[in-house]
Amino acid sequence: MVNSIADIEKQALEAIRDAETPDALEAVSVRFLGRKGLLTGFLRNISSLPVEERPGAGKDANVLKLKLEAQIKDAQAALKASQKAGAGAIDVTLPGRVPARGSVHPVTRVMDELCDIFMRLGFDIAEGPEVETDYYNFEALNIPKYHPARDMQDTFYVSDNIVLRTHTSPSQPRAMEKSDPPIRIISAGKVHRCDSDLTHTPMFHQIEGLMVDENISFGDLKGVLTAFVQQFFDDETSLRFRPSFFPFTEPSAEVDIRCVMCKGKGCRVCSHTGWIEVLGSGMVHPAVFEGMGYDTEKYTGFAFGVGIERMAMLKYGIDDLRKFFENDLRFLGQF
Amino acid sequence: MKVSLSWLKNYIPVDYDADDLSARLTMAGLEVDAVEPLFGHLDTVVVGRVVERKQHPNADKLSCCQVDVGGDEPLSIVCGAPNVRQDMMVACATVGTVMPSGMKIKKSKLRGEPSQGMLCSAAELKLASDADGIMDLDVDAAPGTPIKDALDLHDTVVEIDLTPNRPDCLSLIGVAREIGAFKRPGDTVTKPDVELNADTIGKGKMGDQKIEDFAKVTLEDPELCPRYAAGMLFDVKVGPSPAWLQQRLEAVGLAPINNVVDITNFVMMETGQPLHAFDYDNLADGHIIVKAAGAGVEFTTLDSKSHKMEEDALMICDAERPVAIAGVMGGENSEISDTTTRVLVESAYFNPVSVRRTAKRTGIATDASHRFERGVDPEGPVYALKRALALMADLCEATLAPEIIDEYPKAFEPVTVNLTSKALNIRLGTDFSDEEIAEILKSVEFGVDITAPGEMVVCVPTFRVDVTRPEDLSEEVARLWGYNKIETSYPLVRAQGKPVAPQILARKSVRTILNGFGFFEAINYNFIHRESCDRLNLTEGDARRQVVDILNPISEQMAVLRTSLIPGLLETMKRNTAQQMDSLQLFEIGKTFFPTTKDELPKEVEMVSGLICGNRADQTWYSKKEALDFYDLKGAVQGLLDGLGIDGAQYALIQDDSHPFLEAGHAATVCVGDTCIGVLGKVDSDALANYGLKQDAFVFDLELSALMALSPETFTAHGLPRFPAISRDITLVVDAGVEVAEIHALMDQRFGKEALLEEIYLFDLYQGKPLPEGKKSLSFRLVYRSESKTLTEKNIRKIHDRISSTLLDGFNAVLPE
Repeated sequence: MVNSIADIEKQALEAIRDAETPDALEAVSVRFLGRKGLLTGFLRNISSLPVEERPGAGKDANVLKLKLEAQIKDAQAALKASQKAGAGAIDVTLPGRVPARGSVHPVTRVMDELCDIFMRLGFDIAEGPEVETDYYNFEALNIPKYHPARDMQDTFYVSDNIVLRTHTSPSQPRAMEKSDPPIRIISAGKVHRCDSDLTHTPMFHQIEGLMVDENISFGDLKGVLTAFVQQFFDDETSLRFRPSFFPFTEPSAEVDIRCVMCKGKGCRVCSHTGWIEVLGSGMVHPAVFEGMGYDTEKYTGFAFGVGIERMAMLKYGIDDLRKFFENDLRFLGQF
Repeated sequence: MKVSLSWLKNYIPVDYDADDLSARLTMAGLEVDAVEPLFGHLDTVVVGRVVERKQHPNADKLSCCQVDVGGDEPLSIVCGAPNVRQDMMVACATVGTVMPSGMKIKKSKLRGEPSQGMLCSAAELKLASDADGIMDLDVDAAPGTPIKDALDLHDTVVEIDLTPNRPDCLSLIGVAREIGAFKRPGDTVTKPDVELNADTIGKGKMGDQKIEDFAKVTLEDPELCPRYAAGMLFDVKVGPSPAWLQQRLEAVGLAPINNVVDITNFVMMETGQPLHAFDYDNLADGHIIVKAAGAGVEFTTLDSKSHKMEEDALMICDAERPVAIAGVMGGENSEISDTTTRVLVESAYFNPVSVRRTAKRTGIATDASHRFERGVDPEGPVYALKRALALMADLCEATLAPEIIDEYPKAFEPVTVNLTSKALNIRLGTDFSDEEIAEILKSVEFGVDITAPGEMVVCVPTFRVDVTRPEDLSEEVARLWGYNKIETSYPLVRAQGKPVAPQILARKSVRTILNGFGFFEAINYNFIHRESCDRLNLTEGDARRQVVDILNPISEQMAVLRTSLIPGLLETMKRNTAQQMDSLQLFEIGKTFFPTTKDELPKEVEMVSGLICGNRADQTWYSKKEALDFYDLKGAVQGLLDGLGIDGAQYALIQDDSHPFLEAGHAATVCVGDTCIGVLGKVDSDALANYGLKQDAFVFDLELSALMALSPETFTAHGLPRFPAISRDITLVVDAGVEVAEIHALMDQRFGKEALLEEIYLFDLYQGKPLPEGKKSLSFRLVYRSESKTLTEKNIRKIHDRISSTLLDGFNAVLPE
């Protein structure tokens, strides 16, 4: 008799699988579980078994009953769903109606990201004019007229004393004129150089930073710039500080990062050096503080400037600076 | 600044290969731009022995030679040099060599005779200027030995991109000094001995002439020329320099000229002190007068170019006329020539600003002006002069006046700096002891005297014109110690943030809203084409015609500062449509510039402008292609204002020529109350044509400050209605000329305070049959709602009838039939 429980199970499962319509399934249910069904009959005849076999057989039969009931129910639900889908189904592979999507310019995107990073580090945002006086662009930054350092920046002139700002650094004297230390500002925007070729556009964007307080050190400059670079790229990006010269900082440092393309192995982007120059920085020159009436004994500070396009190119693998100002929708649309 | 490594080794041991040296120089602040092995073109040039020389059968001036280059068989080579002879040791360029001229040596036949290489002159190998015959090698090397080994031609040139603060490194000795400081304790620079005596002047003779009998120096302005030293040579034989000297100059990128001039250049490269040699016989009275040019001087420099000199330009003059522009370039009238026999050598210090001003104004940039304008060592002229005199005496086989003139009215005062270790360590974030600081500074020849614990007096060497204060010394210590060895730290920051400026927030809001509408942000240059105003057809009186000119523009395309963002957007449209990107929705946020008074900054007005063109919808399975029109543009503007919380904007047809780039009848101003925010409309076909555009475009041009002024900083959210609204429609047939705004205005005026009327809006517009010509039908939906109950038809009948009759009367309207 135990064999026949297994037989019943086998037959029932086959019948469930073969049933193609709800009606057929209903018939399977009746055939096995109905009043005159096979399983019902087995249970009814259990008294004919030897006494010692009865509890086991009864239990097995009841387990099978529950199992078949569940399987039939599931099979019914599946049949119903497939029937419904089959009848009124839409073509879900047709293209959807996509709402128009715009985007911010990649320069704005990177500028916003950089501003966010520096704001988290405690900097406020300052802004200044894009056309500047010679005083703020040069003189107040310790670059007098006829100083050879003026050759470092090809300047567009509007008059003898008015220039298109060549860097965002005029925000430094402008900020220091307005308030006393502590100062923590960044300033981002357009800058201009009289230079146009494959790797230079006559206008580009920079972000400038200035921190002035008591006991600000070159080590702090390294710390803040490391935090910023690693937040913008990733934690693995290492930095290298190289002595350089800017008239408004002393000591001055160029900052290279490990090439983000090749991770320092050497590639075209880093001219096979493994390093990429990304920013200029340094400790604010005391002559700048003196011009602003700051106590150079008491205060020290650092400043830095970063090219936005450069950062965008590295982050997004953009190979041509001029793409930023062509505004080709196929380029803009990628951001 | 190019530096030859073999040359450097004359002054300092260089225990580093070129790459290591470059890395070390770069990390000390002398950024290496390029490392270039010299004599690479000589790799396949070998020593050869002429084993046989025969006359060429078909050419008088050619010889047919058999040349042993160490191979199994000698090579057959046709040679045109008159000096070729049997058993001569020659430089043989083998097949495959690319000569400095670019010519490639190939197997060939010359007048019928085979030739498998080329016997070379020194000039052809760029080793010296001698082109008269092939090199006659005086070497004890086996045939086949590479010429580089036979002549010891191994050198590498390192090109350093020096920052303007380091004129001391515009010299081999200066760079050597830096290399010496890589070790601690450092190596000391060995400088050539320049005491003028028989040992130092080689083939020259010590004369007994007294220089005072021949020459005299007068400094009219010691501020501009604080020091002028001069020396004299007699019986000078002007001619080509020896090969070693020519090679030295070639290696660092200077062209050899003649022995006298080459020596001045050599010593300049060696010491950093520019020198100038005059043909003494062209100096009237032998009198050097250093003075301002004065009015109306025209001067011809030795490159045969004529310059009108500024009145205050410092000149070197003789008793009659100027003979050189001080520190910049000598004159044609006194230059060294083949017939020169008496030479006066100048070694001076000129005021950097004065030299730079003159160099800028005359447009001349020379190696000399480059050094003077950055500042040479005020104590350097005499050493350099003596070095040059010794070399000239030797190499030009000249007789030397034993004394020199050194006009130096007021001695230069060496700079001393009081340095405290504490301030230095605070600045750097370091913990250096007094002794460590002293040791580092001494390695580059600073004098250090520790006067008390933590305090020292530092004497700055005179060649370090960039160091004047303690902060400069902190850089010296930091760079020589190594920036990357200074520990990274983090500043303590007070939690005291300031609010973000409103314009920054406004830009952000504008971008977010327009992005949401499918607009892409563009960024164009601040400068536009000089003709942009014409292209926009602006009237003569238009304020946007008052542009700020750039004095030194890159091109006409970028000659003036923009007074409108529209030209940039139209250019952007042009670039995109040229690439078949025909449907565009663009915006830009940027400044426009308007002149104020001279020497005042221009007024900067920030604009938000946009452009749309092409299709609202493309042909898809669910839509037909539909062109964008004015109302797409207006919708974007309305949406923008709505997003900024600006209510009550009025759009009015532009009826004057204030914006001629917008098509008449398709352009509007947008104002709120008395504040005009800007304009919007269809771009006029003339303007489109001026930009070469064939497709309709629509632009808006709004002032950011107006948007900011009108956009509320914050607002109070209102509650939601508790009872349902009911709505009634009304359709009016009115004259086609009636503007919808007029109807809204009347509604506002008459029913603006009506409590039950919540909203009225246009939901249909119809023109055409069966309506009579000149009429249109407008359908409005009126939405009524009460705050206290659910409205019924009965509640609104009275008010709705009143509105209906008001509108019908007010616009002479009828209900549709």
